[in-house]
Amino acid sequence: MARRAPLANTEYQRALLADNPGIPDFEEQLKSCGLFPLKPAALEIFQVNIGYMCNQLCAHCHVDAGPDRTEMMTRQTMEQCLRALQHADVTTLDITGGAPEMHPDFRWFVSRAAETGVKEIMLRSNLTIIVANKKYNDLPGFFAANRVRVISSLPYFQRDRTDRQRGEGVFDKSIEALALLNAQGYGMPGKSLVLDLVYNPAGAFLPGPQAALEKEFRARLLDPYGIHFTRLLALTNLPISRFLEYLVATDNLDDYMQLLVSSFNPTAVHGVMCRNTVSVAWDGSLYDCDFNQMLRLRPEMCAGHVAGFDAVAWNQRTIALARHCFGCTAGAGSSCQGSTS
Amino acid sequence: MDSHYYNPKDLGKFGQIADWDKPLADKFFEWYGAVFEEGALTAREKALIALAVAHTVQCPYCIDAYASDCLQRGVSNEQMMEALHVAAAIRGGASLVHGVQMMNKVQKLSM
Repeated sequence: MARRAPLANTEYQRALLADNPGIPDFEEQLKSCGLFPLKPAALEIFQVNIGYMCNQLCAHCHVDAGPDRTEMMTRQTMEQCLRALQHADVTTLDITGGAPEMHPDFRWFVSRAAETGVKEIMLRSNLTIIVANKKYNDLPGFFAANRVRVISSLPYFQRDRTDRQRGEGVFDKSIEALALLNAQGYGMPGKSLVLDLVYNPAGAFLPGPQAALEKEFRARLLDPYGIHFTRLLALTNLPISRFLEYLVATDNLDDYMQLLVSSFNPTAVHGVMCRNTVSVAWDGSLYDCDFNQMLRLRPEMCAGHVAGFDAVAWNQRTIALARHCFGCTAGAGSSCQGSTS
Repeated sequence: MDSHYYNPKDLGKFGQIADWDKPLADKFFEWYGAVFEEGALTAREKALIALAVAHTVQCPYCIDAYASDCLQRGVSNEQMMEALHVAAAIRGGASLVHGVQMMNKVQKLSM
């Protein structure tokens, strides 16, 4: 946003993705294997994006998040989310951003959510926020007190690839934050506090098999850093926002889209996140997933705002699809929970 | 016809070799797939071997394919470059070890 890049405009992104005659429409692709229309499954994940402000400016960020973003969920909308959460039969509250921890009502929201009795509260943390300022240093203890499952981005087990994607110095700060989480019991063998890492490729390629990557990460983070974690989730970069900008700037867009299409895996379609998720934007509007939220791609046939959220109606909606969806069905598939097949 | 021998997009057309001889192509691709499955060696180790061999046989398609494959499998830049040096060392060594043959011949012919 601050860079005033043309690709900060969602309509421009959508037009760029649509204007590629060599790439089939995602809807047509689903039709060709009998998977259209894509129907919602049982709603499990209530994902809330509480704001786009972040202390980092990652080169691939689909949110276009950064320190200059001022979009922030109001306390009133958070209360509406909590009410919806109480009435919807979901297993997981998934809190994302930006860096959600920077929201002034973050701790209030987590504490209130814990009181609703929702089975799992999941937080997507960029890690560095924990060591960015003294006032955030006690976050690991707060997470533990509320039994928050922490999902942390770490694209590689080495400094160079991590910093090229996430910014200078991010790798070292991430290791420091992971050590603090480990000290609290997160990700430690035999402990129940979950610390998952998110791997997404630092470039125009797909993630390899999740299990093999996890094994490599585990060995490389243990020695020399002494870091433990629970699981590694491998995610594919979707061609939107800053990653789309990178693909265009490096002349990789056509090849990357071809790679996604040629790697289309019908089996992965069943596990895509939009089928079991509702994504609530900072202003309370509802989307099929965080990516559609960033493209302002609204689903048909639903109330549209969390204030009027109706889980039954939500599960009867038509999921909005476009070519970026090839990112979730390539190879082993990709969702906010890692590989889908 | 193109004015150059190699076109990166031709890699994606590899399967078209079956158009002119399907039975043999099918056998090749089935065997090829089996070779790269997890076995006594991991798929990751096999990708690194393939990358090194690709440079030895100097196949640009294979270099593209296995550089990408190694990235996907989380192989580091240093590991890829070390694999290449192994390939290069064998190539260089293969030339130099023939120096013994040269020396044998020279010694046989010399007074």
